[in-house]
Amino acid sequence: MSMKVAIRQVDGVTIVDCSGRITLGEGSVILRDTVRDLLAKGNKKIVLNLQDVNYIDSSGIGELVSAFTTTKNQGGELKLLNLTKKVNDLLQITKLYTVFDVKDDEASAVKAFK
Amino acid sequence: MAMTEQKVSYTLDSSLETIDSAEEKATRIATDLGFAEDEIMQISMAVREAAVNAVLHGNAYAPDKKVTLAFEHSGNDLVITIRDQGKGMDLSKIPNPLAPENLLKTSGRGIFLMRSFMDAVEIRPTQTGTELKLIKHVHGPTAGGKEASQ
Repeated sequence: MSMKVAIRQVDGVTIVDCSGRITLGEGSVILRDTVRDLLAKGNKKIVLNLQDVNYIDSSGIGELVSAFTTTKNQGGELKLLNLTKKVNDLLQITKLYTVFDVKDDEASAVKAFK
Repeated sequence: MAMTEQKVSYTLDSSLETIDSAEEKATRIATDLGFAEDEIMQISMAVREAAVNAVLHGNAYAPDKKVTLAFEHSGNDLVITIRDQGKGMDLSKIPNPLAPENLLKTSGRGIFLMRSFMDAVEIRPTQTGTELKLIKHVHGPTAGGKEASQ
């Protein structure tokens, strides 16, 4: 299953519901383009909801890092929401769990933006 | 690969499809060999990362270069060998992805993940490229990131 995204707004925060796989190729490109488009349109409070992301590879991890730093460099903030156990484990072993702001419920993710 | 077979190998193009195909083959074989669900995920992901290395960094998508992938059930080990026809890699130039200064790099985690997920990872240059050997004990302890050699 390839990567799909659905975008919605909640209290001025853009929630990106991701599903499928974030891997080298289409999945990484979709994520990159989505975040780039959001930032270009001035949406700088972004939550990536990864609840339905069942697989991520090192390229996908790199894309998450890129999304995080690109958003930050443009004065925005990007948070991760609802990690599956697999993705959570992956962020733990790569020590990225502490780099990302990870939330496990949408309301607190939205509230956490300054 | 049926459980009774000892070795199966494939010659694959240097394409994105090869990466997905290698992962699928690894998942199927690890399942057939009776690995636990989390081990199957680890094996398939390690093979995916090795295939990415071979296709992207080794052969650089060159249409005239091939990737060979072999699965061997030998004793208590599943041994997976991936060879490319690239210019080889200098392991000393691969930075530690866990170092604070490298955490925000967008690449360089593939070999680390392979070593995290498999019982042993061997990387060696060949006359025609690079060979990566991924080893998982069939009935041994779960992956501990041990490294056999480089």
